[in-house]
Amino acid sequence: MRYRNSWFDATVISRLQVAENVLQIQIMPASGTTKSFTVGSHIDVAILINNEIEIRSYSLVGESTPNTPYTIAVKLLKSSKGGSKYMWSLEQGNKIKISQPINNFELSFNTDDYFLIAAGIGITPLLGMVQTLVKKKGVNLKMLYCGKNKEEMPFIEDLATLLGDNLILHLSDEEGRYNTSNLIDIANSTTQIYLCGPLPFMNAVRKNWEEGPYENSNLRFETFGASGLFAPQDFLVKIPRFDLELKVKKDQTILQAFQDAQVEVMYDCKKGECGLCQVDIIEYSGDIDHRDFFFSELEKGENKKMCVCVSRVANGNITIDTPYRGV
Amino acid sequence: MNESFPLNAWYAVAWDVELKNELLARVVCNKPLVLYRKKDGTPVALEDACWHRLLPLSKGVLRGDTVVCGYHGLEYTSDGRCSHMPSQETINPSACVRSYPVAQKYRFIWVWMGNPALADEDLIPDMHWNDDPDWAGDGQMIKVNCNYRLVVDNLMDLTHETFVHSGSIGDRNVAEAPFDVHYDDKTATVTRWMKGIKPPPFWKGQLNKVVNHNGEVDRWQIIKFEAPCTINIDVGVAIANTGAPEGNRTQGVNGYVLNTITPSTNQTCLYFWAFSRNYNLKDQSNTTELKNGVARIFAQDEEILEAQQKAINANPNREFYNLNIDAGAMWARRITDKMVEEELKNEADAL
Repeated sequence: MRYRNSWFDATVISRLQVAENVLQIQIMPASGTTKSFTVGSHIDVAILINNEIEIRSYSLVGESTPNTPYTIAVKLLKSSKGGSKYMWSLEQGNKIKISQPINNFELSFNTDDYFLIAAGIGITPLLGMVQTLVKKKGVNLKMLYCGKNKEEMPFIEDLATLLGDNLILHLSDEEGRYNTSNLIDIANSTTQIYLCGPLPFMNAVRKNWEEGPYENSNLRFETFGASGLFAPQDFLVKIPRFDLELKVKKDQTILQAFQDAQVEVMYDCKKGECGLCQVDIIEYSGDIDHRDFFFSELEKGENKKMCVCVSRVANGNITIDTPYRGV
Repeated sequence: MNESFPLNAWYAVAWDVELKNELLARVVCNKPLVLYRKKDGTPVALEDACWHRLLPLSKGVLRGDTVVCGYHGLEYTSDGRCSHMPSQETINPSACVRSYPVAQKYRFIWVWMGNPALADEDLIPDMHWNDDPDWAGDGQMIKVNCNYRLVVDNLMDLTHETFVHSGSIGDRNVAEAPFDVHYDDKTATVTRWMKGIKPPPFWKGQLNKVVNHNGEVDRWQIIKFEAPCTINIDVGVAIANTGAPEGNRTQGVNGYVLNTITPSTNQTCLYFWAFSRNYNLKDQSNTTELKNGVARIFAQDEEILEAQQKAINANPNREFYNLNIDAGAMWARRITDKMVEEELKNEADAL
């Protein structure tokens, strides 16, 4: 369910580096109380990039505890469009604006078999789920946590304490890429999968799951549209209808470049889910980095349309058309 | 008057026989729900508003175990996940409606409106008399246009029987006999013994189904409230001076009036009741007769309660006065108030 966002003044209470490139930030609303939330929730944070307000979503780490600040964890991304850099620049005492907790990744309690899968910073919404599920009677709970190496993976100790042998760590620096086809063997028809991680990893898991024998709806995942197959680069977008050529800088989206140039498209979710911002692709060079969850793999392969809120071009440029048909 | 209710509690939402493999709309704690049974019999409770444009899903149809929205055909599995969207090949990953923990016990379907992680089926209030083979009975659900707490008040003080139900179960003895009130963290109990009395017509009739007795009886009413809204009333009569007050009820007849009153909106409730007896078990016409009799009695209460709610609304600045007879009702209110305060402290209502 979609709730209207309310915005609250809040203060950065503490910052603590919990892994290489991962900063844990505690935030307290000015009212002095936090709202309780269910595990899987996130808050939206209003951040400043090039003096413009942008909204970023960060999962709440751990279960809700009364009168305790919200905790988020932010990975400093080399390919940051500015969000993680801004969050890392925050100091204790800084004022920010945040939303109420919102949950688009709710944990269901109608099974007794759970398999949580995290890659990298995707661990953040799953830690609270682990804390909740280990308290439930008769629950079979496993977790796969993938990362490059232990130095870059926060919360390993907490998870090991909670899960013991049911925590499977996969370190790609040592073991190479995780073979996601293993997941089908670990799961069964009652298993619910909760998945969060970078796009290529999630795509691989989804592909295996969808080709496997189990219900598609037993795989739940969350994405904030932050990652793609290629690191963001600058590229050019041509719109012949308006005789326009726009530069999309590596730290902005096509949608933002359109807005700066007052090119109108419809949009809503800004995270590649709703499909409203799709435009027609006329021609392109290089690769189209489809970062959305709206188009199917087949549709992405055809490269006829793209979602401008998240998708990009790598190593080339693109010519598109918008839905405008006026004179 | 405090109309509030806790969310972290099991609430009866339907009789087991009401729930079929078809959509049923009910409002619990101000939240519209759509309920149904899966093909395998498992009960399901979902938020009754489509993720997309909020049309009540109860306006749609059930196809197997899948709910199909009656507006644009979005489909939802029994745990609230969207499984189909029109005109696109994928499904928006955040598309779901809330699914509520639900359980079937004691012939009722129960839902948990609060934090799902706390929904432990052991917390369902004991109403085992409703499906225990040593007991026989049946009941109904009535939608009453008053706040659920007014029904709790009504049941916690049976003095009103004398005046509201004078033709059947009420007589001067109920209004005049002394009573004791006890409480603990979760329950409040009102105990009233009327010893050596002439039985009212209803109880005389019941006793004579078991034993031919026209003399005096010892009559009891032991009202047990369990927060926030369940009241089981242990009632009966035994031949006077045969030891019933001391625990020997063999010379009598015993019934349980089972009540659980679910807050629907602030000014409506779903009142589930049943009457179970431990005598004349195989006589099904006795079951029907009792059910119809209690239904007539509760219809009298319903009229009083709805008129009371209207009077409360017409007098928004007025508070109740309380009497000695209200002790049980006031303990019930205080225990429920504490549950609500505790939740507000934790802001569980923000879920």
